[in-house]
Amino acid sequence: MKILVCISNVPDTTSKITFTNDNTAFNTAGVQFIINPYDEIALSKAVELAEGGKGTVTVINVGDASTDATIRKALAIGADNAVRIDAAPRDAWFVANQIAAYAKDNAFDLILTGRESIDYNGAQVAAIIGELLQIPSVSIAKKVEVASDMVTVEREIEGGKEVLTAKLPLVIGTAEGVAEPKIPNMRGIMSARSKPLDVVEPFSVELLAHIVNYETPAPRGTVKLVDATEVEKLVSLLHDEAKVI
Amino acid sequence: MSILVYVENTDGKFKKSAFEVVSYAKSIADNIQTDVVAISIGNVAEDELAALGKYGASKVLNVNQEQLASFVNQAYASIIAEALKSTGSKLLVLSNSFSGKGLAPRIAAKLEAGLADGALELPHITDDKLTVKKTAFSNKAFATLELTSDIKVIALSPNAYEIKETGGNATVETFTPNIDQLDFSTVVKEIVRATDKVSLPEADIVVSAGRGLKGPENWGMIEELADVLGAATACSKPVSDAGWRPHSEHVGQTGIVVSPNLYIAIGISGAIQHLAGVSSSKTIVVINKDPEAPFFKVADYGIVGDVFDIVPKLTQALKAYRGI
Repeated sequence: MKILVCISNVPDTTSKITFTNDNTAFNTAGVQFIINPYDEIALSKAVELAEGGKGTVTVINVGDASTDATIRKALAIGADNAVRIDAAPRDAWFVANQIAAYAKDNAFDLILTGRESIDYNGAQVAAIIGELLQIPSVSIAKKVEVASDMVTVEREIEGGKEVLTAKLPLVIGTAEGVAEPKIPNMRGIMSARSKPLDVVEPFSVELLAHIVNYETPAPRGTVKLVDATEVEKLVSLLHDEAKVI
Repeated sequence: MSILVYVENTDGKFKKSAFEVVSYAKSIADNIQTDVVAISIGNVAEDELAALGKYGASKVLNVNQEQLASFVNQAYASIIAEALKSTGSKLLVLSNSFSGKGLAPRIAAKLEAGLADGALELPHITDDKLTVKKTAFSNKAFATLELTSDIKVIALSPNAYEIKETGGNATVETFTPNIDQLDFSTVVKEIVRATDKVSLPEADIVVSAGRGLKGPENWGMIEELADVLGAATACSKPVSDAGWRPHSEHVGQTGIVVSPNLYIAIGISGAIQHLAGVSSSKTIVVINKDPEAPFFKVADYGIVGDVFDIVPKLTQALKAYRGI
């Protein structure tokens, strides 16, 4: 089974988010970049599925050379080889088009992405790849099992879950629960240096949207403290002042 | 040029998000002087469909076929795209729900339409330009996105827009799409609903607890408080990582992002990743024994003290207030 895992290079979850150029660009100064946490879950699942010679795992990233450290970490976690499409990831439509074009030429059985990236939160890439390749896509998968060419996926729905089956090839956006994130060991880190990382030229894609500017949320007011012995007062405040109960 | 709205149902009853997206589309339609056409897929009763008129839909396209009884991403995307073409609509509005997140990008890709996911406010529309504010960086920021394509898609964040009753009845028309069997390559085997629980992403009130609860055996008091309030229960990441609660209850940057009217955080210190997932809640209450907990800096109301003492008292006080 040939598995493709799409990884995104995102600011660490503890990063303070600020902008430059009159709030039109993300300020990368002092920000550490990591594999998108959901993509790490997808990668861990792929490595698990390929274990024991049952498959190969290719990771793919759309990014400039600055993302190589993130790609090497993915190789250290257990991917066999990596591909970097040499372009700034402009948006989900651009990224998914680049990945779909690569996937079309390389006939993958299973394509995994994280359910969304923690920077733009679009949750779009898996479904767009599915549409561009004309294969099914499942978003927000909580559980993935593969038996021969049949995949069983548990998907989150409001107030419950849905279990569905699909034949390969398939694209899945994975969420927490699909796999425990794997921590690279020393052997993985050493071998990652010699694993192949191909750099592929992008093709041009007509963009359908662009970000005009960013803003950060207005600071909230100061907390009103209620004494622990006067819990009833909180109920009154929530009713009379906040009007939420 | 109507605005097309996809309305989701659960077992034949419209979800709260259905009324949100119709209300939202009606406000846009009033601004640009057009009307709202809704499309419903699944077995929904005629009077339920017509009642969408109350929220501003003038027409409802009803797709009710056996094969479409449960959600199939590819097939639903094809049908909605077909409806968009047949109505000549240039704007599609749907909910950024769990299903919507799979559907919206698929439809947008099919039609080469720009997609604003996680929209938070009404868009600004001038000539053929549309800009709209959306979440970014897991709610640590917002972005204003401009859609430049001919057809445009907006996926509205749950709880971001108030439901408004404005109109009368909608006319209901049967819509018979061209079904492509290749769109049915995923098969739904089972749907498990926790019927007694309030759905977390749609909840008006969320009661959430963290490691301060000390163990899963203490969650009874959280559930009791949630019951009194008609609230959904949630938890912090360390709690779901420890297996005390399911991942589906984990709220935060790498879990579910919520924006209820009231978020009550109990025994949660307020790590930056957790705050990102709840910061758009309208009112935040924090109960924690540590007065230095970072959560107090973003809370509207707080109680410093032992959660095992305060939570049962709060439940009692709410029962008294509600006359239970």
